Amino acid sequence: MTASTARSARPRRTGPSGIRRGEGVAGWIFTLPVVIILGVFLFLPVLMALWVSVSDWTGRGSPLSSSVSFVGMDNYAAVTAGGGLAERDFGIALRNNAWYVLLVVPVQTALALLLAVLVNGAALRGKGFFRTAFYFPSVTSSVAITVLWLFLFSTNGVVNRVMSYVGAAGPNWFNDPRGIVHIALGAFGITQPTGALAENRALGVTWWDWLAGPSVAMSAFIAMAVFTTSGTFMLLFLAALQNLGGDVTEAAMVDGANAWQRFWQVTLPQLRPTLFTVLTLGLIGCWQVFDQIYTGTQGAPGKTTLTPAYLSYHSAFLSQEWGQGAAIAFILFAIIVLMTLIQRWALRDRPVSRRRMLMAESVDQAPVGVVR
Amino acid sequence: MSGSALRVRRAGSGGVVARQILLYAVLAAVALVYIYPFLVQVATSFKPDAEAASSPVSLFPATFTWAAYERLFLHSDFPVWFTNSALVTILVTAGRVFFNSLAGYALARLRFRGRGVVFAALVAVMSVPAVVLLIPKFLVINQLGMYDSYAGMVLPLLVDAAGVFIMKNFFESVPTAVEEQARIDGAGVFRTFWSVVLPMARPALITIIILSFQGSWNELNHFIVSTQSPELTTLTKGVASLASGQLSQGSQYPLKLAAAAIMTIPVAVLFFVFQRRIMNASEGAVKE
Repeated sequence: MTASTARSARPRRTGPSGIRRGEGVAGWIFTLPVVIILGVFLFLPVLMALWVSVSDWTGRGSPLSSSVSFVGMDNYAAVTAGGGLAERDFGIALRNNAWYVLLVVPVQTALALLLAVLVNGAALRGKGFFRTAFYFPSVTSSVAITVLWLFLFSTNGVVNRVMSYVGAAGPNWFNDPRGIVHIALGAFGITQPTGALAENRALGVTWWDWLAGPSVAMSAFIAMAVFTTSGTFMLLFLAALQNLGGDVTEAAMVDGANAWQRFWQVTLPQLRPTLFTVLTLGLIGCWQVFDQIYTGTQGAPGKTTLTPAYLSYHSAFLSQEWGQGAAIAFILFAIIVLMTLIQRWALRDRPVSRRRMLMAESVDQAPVGVVR
Repeated sequence: MSGSALRVRRAGSGGVVARQILLYAVLAAVALVYIYPFLVQVATSFKPDAEAASSPVSLFPATFTWAAYERLFLHSDFPVWFTNSALVTILVTAGRVFFNSLAGYALARLRFRGRGVVFAALVAVMSVPAVVLLIPKFLVINQLGMYDSYAGMVLPLLVDAAGVFIMKNFFESVPTAVEEQARIDGAGVFRTFWSVVLPMARPALITIIILSFQGSWNELNHFIVSTQSPELTTLTKGVASLASGQLSQGSQYPLKLAAAAIMTIPVAVLFFVFQRRIMNASEGAVKE
């Protein structure tokens, strides 16, 4: 019956008919606005910027005009070699951002996980309140949060006042360019680099300066990043925790595992897919530090809050070195892709026992488009 | 035997209570750290400059003043910034709701040649980090003669790949029976989409509205590279310029914090109205 209707529904061979009629055209009409806008304002721009990164365009007129010429990899060379100021600035920016990533990613991930476990243990009503409280900083604008942070960490601000209550003298946060590793070494009397550390340079920056750690000013931004992102990631962990079946944990309980063992050996392995998502999103986000720097410090003090993203903007829009700015943007893109790949490799699924694999399969993989 | 088991359980339940108290104490302490900055922000915006510097921690202004707000609304460009942000947010949200759902529906339901290519292109576009696009976006907007215009501010934001994905996922989760019935009854593709499918998609549309509103209200770097004139400055750009010291002598924290507080209000209202949905949206994204 059904088969015969289906057959009689398409007696002619000229295109689809029945309820599929008109879908070929409609499909394109429906997707056209998205295709055009993303094509013109995302895809085309990347091509144009690729051209600018290998040209000597100075910001006057169109980069496509005949007066602009091809300079090969000169712009890339200027920021990665050559010993000039451009190379040193790029080196400093990479140093600053690398320390930022190194501290923010583990801390925000651990804090998000901790908050999720704590909130998960609360009764229903409390759960809603705490979830809201921890997530709220994530929805506010980065500009507003930065303004708030400049106030909290000002010389006479809230943080220093609270520190003074316990007898500690807070630093001059956003005006302090000293690296925290240098400060720590200074406590042991090490204030000057020796030998190889002073002589060798990478990207125009001495090894000693690479090891400086984030400046005190950058540390305030690190705290801000943890404050604004931990809530978002907490939600991801919380959702995963709520999806876990209780039976494995109960089995572990019967086997006599205590809470600590249960968390590390039963719960955490099951959270692996979410952990991967959080680490990846954190890593991608942390290499894109821009809004805070633009709003707050513009790279000061002593260039210690300069980041590749801000340097790219500054080179192009303020110094009119458009080729170098575009080159930095593409190098940054490459870094982000590379880091993601390394992470994917490091956290790849190793051969595990059959039982663990069954466990892992029960936890859903997470593609996330919601997190900013 | 049974007596000792009972004793063990009683000792256990005492431990559980103690543990619960400890849990709530820790949660409350952390919550204080998360909430207090926003409270002190609002409090400081009502303090005179001198008091903001001398007693930054206090949540209750000794001298209550509206001076910062008066200055913002009567003697600065703040109303212009606010209007621009509101205008852009409304246009962008409307555009995304319409275009994202159109494209999401087509990718989920309609069979057409090239669908796979469009989908793959969307995935590729989504993987490009936003800050990498600062210079590229300026180049194209400038080339098209849209620099420093509402067109340049709004058009590039009018669709977003992530939103298309959300709509596509939603439509894939809805049974096809109803729309097939509409098509059999003779409705065209667009008619079916508009009067049958879209009304069913309310939950997903609300998610898109929330994300678009929040995204465009908080957007900064697109406006940095697409505008320069004061009449087109948005809240994010304007408040950022306040923060870096324009318009003010000295630190003037009450003024800056008042501006930051006002720009937080619309997003905060949205957040509290749709709280449950926002939380579920993030969870839903994980479950998919």
